[in-house]
Amino acid sequence: MNYLRHVNLLSRRFCTSKRCIKISQTDVKHVPQKAVASKIELHKPPPKTEIDADTIALLERLSLVDCANKEGIRILEASIEFADYILQVDTDDIESLFTVLEDIPLQVREDKVTEGDCREDILKNAVVTEEEYFVAPPGNIPLEARENPLHEEK
Amino acid sequence: MRLYPLDISVYLIRKMLMRNRILFRLQFPKRRYSKVIKSNGTWKSVVGLEVHAQINSNSKLFSGASTKFSSPVNNNVSLFDCSTPGTLPVLNKRCVEAGVLTALALNCQVNPVSYFDRKHYFYADLPTGYQITQQRAPLAMDGKLEFQVFTPGIHKSPYKMQVKIKQLQLEQDSGKSLHDTERSLVDLNRAGVPLMELVFEPDLTDGEEAAALIKELIIILQRIKTCSCKMEEGALRVDANVSIHKEGEPLGTRTEIKNIGSVRGVAGAIQSEIERQINLKNSGGTVLNETRAWDAATKTTVGMRDKEVQQDYRYMPEPNLPPLHIAMGPIERGCVNADKLRETIPELPEATRERLKGEGIGLTSEQAIILVNDFSLLNIFEEAVTKRKIDCKLLANFLINDFNTVLNRNNLEAGDICCDPDYYGEIVELLQSGQINRNTAKLLLEEIVSGNQSRPTQIVEEKGLAQITDDDKLRKLCKETLKENEKAVKSFKSGKSKAFKALLGSVAAKSKNQADMAKCSDILKDLLNKI
Repeated sequence: MNYLRHVNLLSRRFCTSKRCIKISQTDVKHVPQKAVASKIELHKPPPKTEIDADTIALLERLSLVDCANKEGIRILEASIEFADYILQVDTDDIESLFTVLEDIPLQVREDKVTEGDCREDILKNAVVTEEEYFVAPPGNIPLEARENPLHEEK
Repeated sequence: MRLYPLDISVYLIRKMLMRNRILFRLQFPKRRYSKVIKSNGTWKSVVGLEVHAQINSNSKLFSGASTKFSSPVNNNVSLFDCSTPGTLPVLNKRCVEAGVLTALALNCQVNPVSYFDRKHYFYADLPTGYQITQQRAPLAMDGKLEFQVFTPGIHKSPYKMQVKIKQLQLEQDSGKSLHDTERSLVDLNRAGVPLMELVFEPDLTDGEEAAALIKELIIILQRIKTCSCKMEEGALRVDANVSIHKEGEPLGTRTEIKNIGSVRGVAGAIQSEIERQINLKNSGGTVLNETRAWDAATKTTVGMRDKEVQQDYRYMPEPNLPPLHIAMGPIERGCVNADKLRETIPELPEATRERLKGEGIGLTSEQAIILVNDFSLLNIFEEAVTKRKIDCKLLANFLINDFNTVLNRNNLEAGDICCDPDYYGEIVELLQSGQINRNTAKLLLEEIVSGNQSRPTQIVEEKGLAQITDDDKLRKLCKETLKENEKAVKSFKSGKSKAFKALLGSVAAKSKNQADMAKCSDILKDLLNKI
């Protein structure tokens, strides 16, 4: 996620819509006309990220997915390595693109009540209800901390 | 007649007590949250606030469901609000306008382009699993607000503070859960209700300053009509960050007090937290970075069971909402125009206070603060002043002291009485010209409050309440009183000066409170000297 933080918001904030469109038109020439080979070199693996027992135990608690064991650590480390190849792409000084609609102004609506008042419809989707309430399990229950964060024997 | 600071204190304390009658009984004497700490000397406290203000709108931030308070359970819920797959957010224009207007009123820089983000957390009253907010580029940032700090009984005189505003962002409220023993009942009426989150820099030092800031914010938001500020309905909620440190050392670990629901609660919660931290550190303990809740009944903060690790909200750009453009200056594109909105901002409280203190009106700082803090009172004052040539200070004093006393006695608010503000002007005019005295003025107020529709002048004529100013009449009155109270005269002569007051009281009673007491006092002295 680190590279996302380098977004340079300033430059975009002060450009008017017209200029933005102009830039994107001149930028069309940068779009390759033919297929281009990937610049990612698969023989250069990224530096390895090591996951410790506490981290995997935390992830297990948050996700409630049974993964706090050596196999879980191995899979997670492999997934991170797979994703980290993308860090070879130099994104310095390049603004992130979050949506292709970023130059289209956001549509707004007038402040009028046009929806709601359909309690029966929305409660139909609920498995358990009580009077007019949705019923949910009690709030987040913290799992008991274990002596050894990994549970291999199980 | 002058308004002494003491008068104001008495008035405000009285008024506060009336407002908090029940609380008062529970907790006597009522605690004031002052800079007690300062006398301690060594510790310095730092306070920062975050305020969630519900935007005054008919419909929700991203859906067309109603925002009406106390609607039947789950009735103000659209398909989008319960996160039905396939539904998309559509931004409410009014919310953008309200956000920009508030930002401008708080001297913020409005961002021409701002973005929406998703903040993830897992909770039953948040059906999508994320809240749409503005994290990367909020609607506005870098504001500042000036306000007066003045709590009678603590501060001898008002002082000015300035607090910086870090940012103002638009975001959704979550639903409401009622916790049963083994389950939660979820009402989504509040889910998606528009909020403005205001983040203030930690420029404050104690609870009273925080309370004064919230009070000022409430007046501003109510004047620009962007938030009802009904704290009892949860329309304005305050979180406070509190830490203490020693002079010259870096800031201490801070705790966060969540969801404080009243202005006095803000003062109380912060001061009690500062005291708790000082006691903790003085006894060798350490302050933990934790979330605490304010318990208004016990007047203490209590730790909330909380996650032990800093939660990762996994912020990500909201892909369903393109950037929000605001038109301003040369930038013409945008869903609302900031420059046009700026023109609609009415006079803000700081400007009103300056005007009231300025030429032509000339009120004291204390009078100006009290009038500005009470909208109905200010309204009466402003209207009465435009219609008649009266002494503004006298009118302010009359409203602040006498009118409020009558209101409190009858358990009313100024807004409850719907009579022409000119009535009050008329009474003050009668008072000013000496046609009636202050006791009669109070009597006239009682008449108005109890629903008498006649003009004050008319009431004075009908009931014969005019002040007795004729010297001969007064002299006669005094002579009679002295005859009837030989005992008091004797004790006065034997050196008991208190007896003079008793005699004066008898004169007042004898005249049915209509005598010009200043003159009577002179006459009485004169007569006593001759005996």
